[in-house]
Amino acid sequence: MHLENLYLANFKNYKEANIDFSKYVNALVGNNGSGKTNLLDAIHFLSMTKSAFNSMDSQSILHNQPFYSIIGKFHQLEKEIAVSNSLTVGKRKKISVDKNPINKAADLIGRFPTVLIAPSDHELISAGGETRRRFIDSIISQFNKTYLIQLIDYNHALKQRNRLLKQFSESGKIDRDILEPYDSILLSLGNNICNMRASFCKKYLSKIVKHYAFLADEKETIGLLYHSSFLQDNYKDVYLTSLQKDIILQRTNIGIHKDDYIFEMDGYPLKKFGSQGQQKSFLIALKLAQFDIIQQEKGFKPILLMDDIFDKLDDHRIQKLTEMIEHHEFGQVFITDARPERTHHFLKKLNIEWKIIAVDNGNLTPQKAS
Amino acid sequence: MQYPSKLIEDAVTEISRLPGIGKKTALRLALHLLKEEESTTGSLSEALINLRQKTKYCKMCHVISDSEDCTCQSIRKDGSIICVVEDTPDVIAIQNTSQFYGYFHVLGGIISPIEGIGPNELHIDSLIDRVKNSDGEIKEVILALSTTMEGDTTCFYIAKKLKPFNVKITTIARGIPIGGELEYTDEITLGRSIVQRLRYDLEGD
Ligand SMILES: Nc1ncnc2c1ncn2[C@@H]1O[C@H](COP(=O)(O)OP(=O)(O)OP(=O)(O)O)[C@@H](O)[C@H]1O
Ligand SMILES: [Mg+2]
Ligand SMILES: [Zn+2]
Repeated sequence: MHLENLYLANFKNYKEANIDFSKYVNALVGNNGSGKTNLLDAIHFLSMTKSAFNSMDSQSILHNQPFYSIIGKFHQLEKEIAVSNSLTVGKRKKISVDKNPINKAADLIGRFPTVLIAPSDHELISAGGETRRRFIDSIISQFNKTYLIQLIDYNHALKQRNRLLKQFSESGKIDRDILEPYDSILLSLGNNICNMRASFCKKYLSKIVKHYAFLADEKETIGLLYHSSFLQDNYKDVYLTSLQKDIILQRTNIGIHKDDYIFEMDGYPLKKFGSQGQQKSFLIALKLAQFDIIQQEKGFKPILLMDDIFDKLDDHRIQKLTEMIEHHEFGQVFITDARPERTHHFLKKLNIEWKIIAVDNGNLTPQKAS
Repeated sequence: MQYPSKLIEDAVTEISRLPGIGKKTALRLALHLLKEEESTTGSLSEALINLRQKTKYCKMCHVISDSEDCTCQSIRKDGSIICVVEDTPDVIAIQNTSQFYGYFHVLGGIISPIEGIGPNELHIDSLIDRVKNSDGEIKEVILALSTTMEGDTTCFYIAKKLKPFNVKITTIARGIPIGGELEYTDEITLGRSIVQRLRYDLEGD
């Protein structure tokens, strides 16, 4: 699966653009602020229905314009498939695949999977649990639709229950008969989601370990610990006995919406004890392992989006990635760089098809190709 | 938006409160009325005011009708069975199937805390009373609600409240649409249809 052509209108700093891509390596080069990351984000929109960086869809419309439109032509199983994602101010976002409207995100996510490596990945280590939950959820959702649907339902039930708790707390009256259906949904979906997360983490860890060893040439032991109150045998009791506290705080305190994932190195939290270099290698390993799992589950390679990768990695790690690209471990790859000569130097050595695209203030110009 | 007069602005504000109507459409409708005969607007307003002031709901089943007494009672019906629905359009839809001869009970919505709708906003107590006061005449309550989380929650709540009475509680079947192809049925519906499969009996066996 790869993206053959991308058309943008009024998307972020792109007034209008239309560009063909290489099936293999695409390098986007241009100054800071020219629109390289925006282009990767447009691809992310087509894959995941939304931005990788900004949760407000309307902020992706070019300033002072009434709409944005993104149309991508994917090549999949010998067929061309057009995916479109557009938004008009004040309306609902419209997504379609070959002109057939997609009404639920779950019907698109996973069909054109992507893996994004970006400078903001560091938040996966430094930020709170929500960032890590969202990350892991987005991986599992790309190959397990049941997971995604159950997660959406869980979050909906959670919202309903929290509102009920608020009403109980304000009125001082508790009606257990309305609470009960939500409890049973949260307990049963929560238990399924917890099991799926736990088994995912096992598979995921083995792949992270493999990539870390390859990237870092080091022998630290990597750990990925899954924390969930639902892993305890008595999770139902823990959940149910929290009711009084839930009412006082007006929100549900126990559940898989509080789960976290702890990254470890030699048994200690990576966040506190990992060196800069170790953390960088770990983050790339995390993403490459994501790539492996999606490929394994879907039976084809996701599109790899690498934003400012040269700024983040030293020569040694770049060399490792180059080896992977050359050994055809990836399918279609997008790389951004603000320094054209560096990218050119990198591509020249590559014995695989590549294409350079110059990005200048929202204008795209194909340049050299191998 | 800028309006040529305060009167038009007021009309647009009111009309655009209706579901599915934006400010632009509202303005078009308002200007349209100004072009028509004055009497057209007169009869429209009259019909709307009458609709609001004179519409009656049956005291027993809460179906919209011309009187508060249940018109359903005048028709011969099976009094042992009640079909619980969300709203009046559902009554019409089920009546059109000609497959149901019992009474209806309109809830007026379904339970959804985030929208501020709890059991007290719905005709649930009156349903319980109906069953309680029927002295065993009502034998079955069919819950014909949406197959959403809110619908399921409402079913659960009602079933719980009806538990003390000796009444059979059923829900409408969920599954593959007639004439539908399996491969195009969504996974959840298909999954449920497999779990809740039906025995296939040959006639006469
Ligand atoms: N909705 C929008 N309308 C107009 N311009 C926008 C919009 N959203 C973002 N931009 C502009 O896009 C530019 C950022 O583009 P982008 O992040 O893609 O740059 P980049 O090429 O990746 O730069 P860098 O090399 O610094 O990472 C900024 O100048 C920003 O103002
Ligand atoms: Mg950038
Ligand atoms: Zn009636």
